[in-house]
Formats: sequence, C-alpha cells, structure tokens
Amino acid sequence: MHEASIAQSVFEAISAEAKKQKGRPVVAKISCGAFGGVNNEALLFAFEVISKDSICEGLKLNIEQKPIQAKCKNCDYTFVFDLHKPMCPKCQCEDFDLLPDAPLLLEEIEFEDK
Amino acid sequence: MNMRKVKVQQKILIANEEFASRNRTFLAERKIPCLNVISSPGSGKTTILTKTIQELKGRVKIGVIEGDIQTDIDAQRIRTTGAPAFQINTDGACHLSAAQVSAAFHKLPVDSLDLIFIENVGNLVCPSTFDLGETAKIAVLSVPEGDDKPAKYPAIFARAAAVLINKIDLLALADFNIEKVKADILKLNKDVKIFPLSAKTGDGLQQWCAWLYEMVRNKTR
Repeated sequence: MHEASIAQSVFEAISAEAKKQKGRPVVAKISCGAFGGVNNEALLFAFEVISKDSICEGLKLNIEQKPIQAKCKNCDYTFVFDLHKPMCPKCQCEDFDLLPDAPLLLEEIEFEDK
Repeated sequence: MNMRKVKVQQKILIANEEFASRNRTFLAERKIPCLNVISSPGSGKTTILTKTIQELKGRVKIGVIEGDIQTDIDAQRIRTTGAPAFQINTDGACHLSAAQVSAAFHKLPVDSLDLIFIENVGNLVCPSTFDLGETAKIAVLSVPEGDDKPAKYPAIFARAAAVLINKIDLLALADFNIEKVKADILKLNKDVKIFPLSAKTGDGLQQWCAWLYEMVRNKTR
C-alpha cells in the first residue's frame, strides 16, 4: 500500500505545476518501472481520494508500466526480461545484464485554459 | 476552451530522494556503512540482528534503527544485547522514508558506531521502492515462506547486495528447494551474496558476519 504515499507525491507534483501554468490539469501521464511495484488500481483510488476538493479533482491519471529490460552480453540485443525464460530471444544466450528499472516519472500534464 | 500539453519529466519521489541523498552524504562523511534490511514479517530479521550483534561484539560497534507500524518491541530486543537502538513507528505506513531515517541518525551515538542496520517495516514489496540513502539493501527470506518468493517478488532480490536465507534448520520439514531459490535469485542479480543460515541455531551465521566484518574494515580503512 505504498501507493498512498506515491499518490500524495503525484498530487503535489501536479498541483505545483498547475500553479505555475495557471490552468486546470485534466489529464496527466506517469510512468514507472516493473520493479517499482506500483499497483494501478490502488494508485488511482488513492489519487482520487487525495485530490478530492482540489484543483486536481476529476483529473484522469494514465499510468504506463515499463517492463524490465535486459541486454545480451553475446549479441548486445536489448530485450524484455522474463524470469521464467531468462535468455536472449535472438541468440538464446543466458548471459545478460539487467538494465536499471525505470524511475517513477511524471511525464506530462494536459491543461485546460479558460 | 484550449487544451495544452506540458512536458514535465519530473521524478515523483524527488522529496524522498533528496533526503536519501543527504543521508548518503552523512554516512559517507563518517565512513559508516548502513544496511537496509528488508523482508516479510516473521522472517527473523530481529533475531538475525541480535545474533549478529553478539557475534561481532568487541570487533564491530553496531547501532540499529527499527521500523515498525506500532510498538517498540524490536528496539527493546536489540537493546538487550547492549547495542543502541532507536524505534520509528510509521503509524500504518508500509515502509520507512528517508526523512524518518535522517531524523533517527541523530538519536543514535552515530560517531561511535562502525555499522548501522535499518530494520525496515516487515513487507517484501513497498520498502524496496523507497531509497533511504543506505549503503546497501539486504533481503531476508525464510524457509517457511516458500521457494517461490524470488520469482513472485523480484524487485527486492534484484536490488539486494546480499540475501540471507534464514531458518535453514527447518529445511527438512518444508518443501523448499534451496538450489532453485539460489538460481532464481542469481538470475535477477548475479553479483549478490547468498548466505543460508539459521539465526536460531547459529548455523551459517559466521559466514555472514565475516562478510560484514570485511565490509566494515574496507570502509573505515
């Protein structure tokens, strides 16, 4: 249930940007890595509760989950890591590096100007 | 009505990361390694810590920051070993934050310590997302939890510097394939150290303590 504290941080980031932009935020896109352990439903629910009676009330939050990527040490191919089939799909090599997980990022906000 | 798209590209956990970075500087200036211990509730974190403190007594001065939703039971258990401990209560939150840890550093006699443990709130998921500014994360998995945990909760095993497989005294009673667990962990993290041990019987504790001792010596040298 760390989605509640993440939702609070998302709310604060969007509110701060809204103050700067002097508009009403209606859509926002965030992205996170698969190891971030963010549950979409829990985050959306927490955000809905936190944003009630604020400038963010009713805002549509889009969440993009980014898979873990790996890079093959044999052929340099970058692929989506699957724990149940941990090998390069191109050359079947099992020697690879996991690439760093994508951070929790507020990507963009759409504002409505009056 | 006009719609306007604004690119933001801002890290969401920036406030936590700023505190984490301050903690990292605080520790680096004092050359004290700090380990963030993460596991499910009941895996034996506190028992491992009390046994580790006893094993390294006279060689490594250890302080502990305890994180729990409620009570100071764990800090009391640590203090019975003679080591200083400070208890954080999160009042419902499922993980420690870097700001809480930053405040806790000042409640410990930090300048007389060689090593700090942070025992995070018992939870295999949430604590792995929140950087505390620690030197390294340590994951604990105990035999009764089952051998599917690295596959089901990969994040913490991918990020840990060491994994302790605790309660190996129960291996004969449980369907726990320790070789499969080791292989699954190594798939996620090939540089990780794996220490099978039993905090209860003391089996395997020495290898883990030797690793800690080496780390402390390299840091303070």
